[in-house]
Amino acid sequence: MKLSARLYQYAAPQAFYPVAGQLIPWFYAAAVAFLISGLYVGFAVAPTDFQQGEAYRIIFVHVPAAWMSIWIYLMMAFWAAIGLAFNTKLSSMMAQALAPTGALFSAVALITGSLWGKPMWGAWWVWDARLTSELILLFLYLGFIALQSSIDEPRRADRAGAVLALVGVINVPVIYFSVRWWNTLHQGASVSMSAAPKMASVMLFGMLLMALASWAYAIGISLSRLRGIILERERCADWVKAEVSA
Amino acid sequence: MYWASWQDFFAMGGYAFYVWGSFGLSVLLVAWEVWSVHQRRLVAAQRIQQLQ
Repeated sequence: MKLSARLYQYAAPQAFYPVAGQLIPWFYAAAVAFLISGLYVGFAVAPTDFQQGEAYRIIFVHVPAAWMSIWIYLMMAFWAAIGLAFNTKLSSMMAQALAPTGALFSAVALITGSLWGKPMWGAWWVWDARLTSELILLFLYLGFIALQSSIDEPRRADRAGAVLALVGVINVPVIYFSVRWWNTLHQGASVSMSAAPKMASVMLFGMLLMALASWAYAIGISLSRLRGIILERERCADWVKAEVSA
Repeated sequence: MYWASWQDFFAMGGYAFYVWGSFGLSVLLVAWEVWSVHQRRLVAAQRIQQLQ
């Protein structure tokens, strides 16, 4: 069998369900390992910031969460689009599985940003372009979840959700470039694709470890939720009945 | 290591509320997500068993 054909067989929920089950513990283990090393670097190795004191340590959770919130949105829109274009059920389920985790990461980014903003800017919240576009991202996730759960027929819900997710992609470059396009209170990018990082390398290293932990966690939890969604949506299939009674 | 004592560590240079608040709330949200995902699959499996 050709490799492509061997990969396509996993587009069937029945084939992917056990594979996901085998992958999940590895992603969780990676997440825990990166989290422990990230927290160690972030709290025990990284020095105090000369301007922000210890409050800067919030970035070790804030920045990875903000990165993940955007990345998960792109992944969600990608799988929703694949499901819309090729009518593949599992792709749409994947988009559905990613949405709550993306919403959680944007909520974490907003909450921790707020807890950083209070001592540093003197305000919990300002209607800054970066903060506002991140809040819109959270609403896009919540809108996607609400829209899908309001439509009873799953395949129609998938299509409606996919259109919403794709329209919402326009917000992603707005978040990314907001600190350049507008004169925002939120600082510019310390780490960007076009320039050398503007922060101490040990701080950057801790942040990258935390980002890897978030990445592994996001994949693990999404696959885990995907398995639940497969059981819910394929409940009439014989293999699901056999799987559950086994 | 930058901490003179555990007390110093927990005080976070006077920013304890903000730093531990950030990490604490994030941990709570993640723990809740793990629990709810686990619960979702359990409920789905139980419903299928009841239908049989």
